[in-house]
Amino acid sequence: MSEREPVTMMDATTRLEYVFTAGVAMSKNLHGYEQGKFIGQRCPKCKKVYVPSRGSCPTDGVATDEIVELPNTGTMTTYCVVNVPFAGQSIEIPYICGQILLDGANLSFMGLIQEIPIDEIRMGMRVEAVWEEPEKWGPTLASVKYFRPNGEPDADYDTYKEYL
Amino acid sequence: MSPKGSFPELTSGRRPVGVVSFAQYDNVRREDARNEVEMLLPVVTEVFGNIGITKDDVGFICSGSTDYLIGGPFSFVAALDAVGVWPPRAESHVEMDGAWALYEAWVLLQEGEIDAALVYAFGRSSMGDLSQVLAVQLDPYYLAPLWPDPTALAALQAQAMIDTGGGCGGACAAGARRSRKAALSNPKAQVAYDRSAEALLKEDYAVAPLRRHALPPLTDGCAAVVLAAGDKAYEWCERPAFITGIDHRIETHSVGARDLTVSPSTRVAGEKAGVGAKKVDIAELHAPFAHQELILSAALGLGDGVSLNPSGGALAANPMMSAGLIRIGEAAQRIWSGDADRAVAHATSGPCLQQNLVAVLEGV
Amino acid sequence: MAERCAVIGVGQTVCKSKREDVSIAGLVREAAVMALEDAGLGFGDIDAVVVGKAPDMFEGVMMPELYLAPALGAVGKPMFRVHTAGSVGGSTSLVAAHLVASGVHERVLTVAFEKQSDSDAMWALSVPQPFSAPLLAGAGGYFAPIIRSYMRRSGAPRDIGMMVAVKDRLHALKNPYAHLHLPDISMQMVEESIMLWDPLHYLESCPSSDGAAAMVIGSEKAAGSAQAATGRPPAWIHGMAMRSEPTMFAGRDQVNPRASRDCAADLYKQAGITNPRADFDMAEVYVPFSWYEPMWLESLGFCDEGDGWKLTQSGATSMVENGDIPWNCSGGVLSSNPIGASGMLRFLETALQVRGLAGEHQVDGVRRALGQAYGGGSQFFAMWVVASEKP
Repeated sequence: MSEREPVTMMDATTRLEYVFTAGVAMSKNLHGYEQGKFIGQRCPKCKKVYVPSRGSCPTDGVATDEIVELPNTGTMTTYCVVNVPFAGQSIEIPYICGQILLDGANLSFMGLIQEIPIDEIRMGMRVEAVWEEPEKWGPTLASVKYFRPNGEPDADYDTYKEYL
Repeated sequence: MSPKGSFPELTSGRRPVGVVSFAQYDNVRREDARNEVEMLLPVVTEVFGNIGITKDDVGFICSGSTDYLIGGPFSFVAALDAVGVWPPRAESHVEMDGAWALYEAWVLLQEGEIDAALVYAFGRSSMGDLSQVLAVQLDPYYLAPLWPDPTALAALQAQAMIDTGGGCGGACAAGARRSRKAALSNPKAQVAYDRSAEALLKEDYAVAPLRRHALPPLTDGCAAVVLAAGDKAYEWCERPAFITGIDHRIETHSVGARDLTVSPSTRVAGEKAGVGAKKVDIAELHAPFAHQELILSAALGLGDGVSLNPSGGALAANPMMSAGLIRIGEAAQRIWSGDADRAVAHATSGPCLQQNLVAVLEGV
Repeated sequence: MAERCAVIGVGQTVCKSKREDVSIAGLVREAAVMALEDAGLGFGDIDAVVVGKAPDMFEGVMMPELYLAPALGAVGKPMFRVHTAGSVGGSTSLVAAHLVASGVHERVLTVAFEKQSDSDAMWALSVPQPFSAPLLAGAGGYFAPIIRSYMRRSGAPRDIGMMVAVKDRLHALKNPYAHLHLPDISMQMVEESIMLWDPLHYLESCPSSDGAAAMVIGSEKAAGSAQAATGRPPAWIHGMAMRSEPTMFAGRDQVNPRASRDCAADLYKQAGITNPRADFDMAEVYVPFSWYEPMWLESLGFCDEGDGWKLTQSGATSMVENGDIPWNCSGGVLSSNPIGASGMLRFLETALQVRGLAGEHQVDGVRRALGQAYGGGSQFFAMWVVASEKP
């Protein structure tokens, strides 16, 4: 028998399909996108407004049922510029990932920032949501194309420093 | 001797720890509306509410779940929202059934720094194809590439029992009939019916020699337990279900490398937990497949006088990652009510009963 | 009420981007066997095995500890699997130590590992989840904005991060097990590396490594026997603490999380630490992105809030510059990052240091050291204190 190389690698490709449930609270948030709105929920105990809503207040562990509609404007508290390619990535690099604190919300969420050169980005920039055409609205955050500066003067550091 | 109540003699550990509260979700085939956090929230609320405490009364939180079941990394992180871990708390997570999360909490309570812990577990089998997901839980070089699903592996085990002259068909049908009938009195049961063993034996094979009745249901569910040590147990519960013995063992992984008709890890864990020291009234055994109940009760030396799986066991509801914890909760409930004085609860993990945990609960 | 316990054996593998020479079992055994030999023990002397690792998608095997039971001598014994995200190597060490401190076991083998080259690490960290924007590009994408916030808050000069990146890689040159050995490392090299997630350069980030770490933790009695048999002293555990907080909530301080401060406070109380900078001789702290050194220096009480960058800048944390409080003499997470093992590598390095067994990267006269690991969105913390004397 001829000498054979030992097997050192094997390909074990795996494919698993999952069906995810958004949950009651997140569904309300997603239906909001269908109507071009940001929907959050307020905790009955601490009164903070969470968007997107997850159904439970993370600090109090109670259900957050009160629905709150939020405006399209907010402050970008902080950001980073993503320049690393990875499997499954759908946006062209480099791109700006910003933490968006909508006016009235108590928690920021990550959003794509566009319409501003990368070297002009600043913490505290006032931004507004740019939605897709209404016919493209669906139950997904992708109904919002991105956020862009809205021309207002930058937010005072004190107004958002506790959200960093 | 405690002024509030006395403590039973311990086989394991040095400090009496009691199960003082338990709650579980309505076990269903598919929970479409609520996500894991929304499922856990009412269960955690109930487990605290039962005994009038809040999250601030527990010094440690431990959970059990697995990423592959939920289709994403760090899946346990979001679940913390159901508890509200604020102010920050000592908290840990095991990629195992909640019964092992309970074990970790029990160990910590032995040291005396904390007096109470919250344990919870969750999993939704409906998210993926459980057969395929569990095939990934196998040796990636030799077993997983064959994609053997858990039913096929269990069938190998049942066939091995038949080949060695052990009972299967009739005994399994009798056991399944008993479990599913008992489940009729369990408001949380998913599968419950009253059918004769003869009728069950006429069912088609799912994977020979296992017929449909021998298989567990697919379940979405979650559960939570509160543990309290020493006097604290009596503060919150009139008749705590004290853990007098608890132990767990694992066997070798490959199903071809062990005798599938016996469960030495269960036997050893049972001995270390002191199962045989006194009379056992009930045993909640985590046997997802009907024939496994036979193997487990033999390993634990349980005689005819022991009532097996009064809740209906895993045949009535099998929420992955919480089914073992639920066995402990169900056993505890029967101690609180006085239906039992001494109970055995068991949890399993891995293919064909590879890993097993045994707990002995006693009420004074 | 807790029993005394100590680290009596330490093992680790060489970390590389791909350990193609071993299977998963081979990788963990390498570390386990080394730890047992260091303790003068065999698999038969072990009472229980505790395994820790991060998400199973990193290897594509669900609950791989089940398959690893025979490889780790766990058959017939209790086996445990901890998963607390990035802090897992640390919390696994604590779970193992508690098994001894509680009196349940005498000798516990604990192993943490990641063979993340088997899968795609970046994907495994950011598996696209429906209902959320697919914006994140790995852990760096999550932490970079937080780092930017620290820079703003503290007014730190922009090059502090790069100083840490250089220092830790210089330390790594003295650690044969470290993944990254970059003898030409310099501020210029770091600055010229690609900016991955502004403000983090490529060389300010941790590598992706395959690796395993192991320890044998024993009771006071076991520690006495091990020392008598091998001549090597134990590392006594003087304190252990874990804290978690939610990832996201209104008003959360992401830069200096309360869970970190509370965890340290609990730990320091147990171990009698009142002035970390003076009381510790060195520390191994989870710094996967350069700027986390000044951030953790503040959070762990080595200096006042806002002054972490000054401490780094002064060279106090550098072994090369003979700083008084060297951090990450092993090279840290910046030099080796098998995610599931990284926390345990921090803990075991502190044990090596107080035992005087850290070889070329040994700091002279280490009596007391701090080990810290964190994970998730800076929300899970595991810490311990080890010392050369019994508590």
